[in-house]
Amino acid sequence: MTRKHAVAPAIAILLAYSQVWAQGESVRFEAVGDAIPRALTSEPGNAARGRSIVVNRDGGACTLCHAVPGEKNFGNIAPTLAGVGARLSPAQLRLRVADSTRVNPDTPMPAYYRTEGLNQVAAAFRGKPLLSAQQVEDVVAWLATLKEAQ
Amino acid sequence: MRRARARLALAAAALAAGVVLAQERAIPPGELKSGSVFLGSDLRALQNDDFANPGMLWVERGERLWSELAGKKTLACASCHKDTSMRGVAASYPKIDKASGKLVNLEDRINLCRTGRMDAEPLRYESEELLALTAYVARQSLGLPIATRIDGAARAHFEAGRAAYHLRRGQMNLSCAHCHDAQWGKRLLSETISQGHPNAYPAYRMEWQTIGSLQRRIRACLSGIRAEMLPYGSPEYLDLELYLAWRAQGLPIETPGVRR
Ligand code: HEC
Ligand code: HEC
Repeated sequence: MTRKHAVAPAIAILLAYSQVWAQGESVRFEAVGDAIPRALTSEPGNAARGRSIVVNRDGGACTLCHAVPGEKNFGNIAPTLAGVGARLSPAQLRLRVADSTRVNPDTPMPAYYRTEGLNQVAAAFRGKPLLSAQQVEDVVAWLATLKEAQ
Repeated sequence: MRRARARLALAAAALAAGVVLAQERAIPPGELKSGSVFLGSDLRALQNDDFANPGMLWVERGERLWSELAGKKTLACASCHKDTSMRGVAASYPKIDKASGKLVNLEDRINLCRTGRMDAEPLRYESEELLALTAYVARQSLGLPIATRIDGAARAHFEAGRAAYHLRRGQMNLSCAHCHDAQWGKRLLSETISQGHPNAYPAYRMEWQTIGSLQRRIRACLSGIRAEMLPYGSPEYLDLELYLAWRAQGLPIETPGVRR
């Protein structure tokens, strides 16, 4: 009897937490045309962090496909990211990073902020987007600084 | 009369399917390139030198195993295959096994001989023995063009393989075609993507420091895009192997390949 009383509040707390967690992790955004006008997080993107996500193998690993200003080692599957901040607005950049299949259904570029409609995802990564909402914002912040075509 | 017309319709359909197939090839026969074309000259030289190619150790081991007695019937492969050459055999796999009606690859075929004829235990996928025997048999088709069949019972497997090849999958949401049809010759970071052909397998891979099967290579691609890996010998892998062989139709066998 006493035990039951002790457990109930614990469960309630746990439930409340998991709800917060689910909200925090839910991968959702609203696209308008070819852009996502509203930032995914309230914290503004940090461009310095964004750069390290772009070039890092454990982050976005964008250099697998894109040339990136200041990097010597990169793939040549995709156009260079130099000047991308002049070609596209932050809102357009956000959609291309979050889910570029919305712009080109056959693109090889992974959807970095999407968990639905994927097939046979390895168990360790299932239900998780490649980048968190904050990471997407950081990346967009850095891309937006790339005004010069090299 | 009705029968004749039905037969005619069937023939027309088959012809149409043949035409579609010929047009459907993402890489036309004249543009087929072996994976070795995309290697550095050092690895290509290593593959072409029989004395230096590390994969030849498995071919030699396979040659010894070929005559080794095994199973309750104490038979060797050589006991049955006395006068028949294995030349050209690997080039026709995967194929439908007549007895079971199932699609089998060369590894499965070797194991069918062991269990069915020799009363021996099947060899485990990626075991040294199975890799050695497979490499030894495949080596005897060196230079012969891949010539698999996709008619009859193989047809459904071919279609399934084609679907598997074009399925976007994994956290990176890529299909085999995204890399090996659309981007071959381009660099993924510093690695040049080849056309993804099966003609060098089993192949010695520097990264593995050993020889591995085609399925092991496919699993490496799947793991790269963070996709689920199926158990060795899964029907989906066999279907994929058949589709890969069809894509590579005409490409000469070069087992054991040497790869990065
Ligand atoms: C597997 C390949 C691949 C990877 C990895 C990749 N991209 Fe792309 N990306 C492409 C391709 C190809 C395009 C060209 C447009 C298309 O195919 O839709 C593209 C287009 C873009 C564009 C639009 C460029 C323009 O000028 O319109 C942006 C922005 C972009 N990528 C950013 C990124 C960032 C940031 C990352 C990593 C977080 C990344 N990409 C990772 C392949 C890739
Ligand atoms: C993100 C890109 C990518 C995807 C997607 C991909 N691969 Fe690969 N694949 C590679 C790279 C890189 C290599 C190593 C270099 C090369 O192409 O030989 C490779 C190698 C291969 C090889 C060996 C070729 C040789 O000559 O040694 C085969 C066969 C192959 N892939 C089949 C597949 C199949 C089947 C799929 C889908 C289930 C697939 N790949 C998906 C990038 C990819």
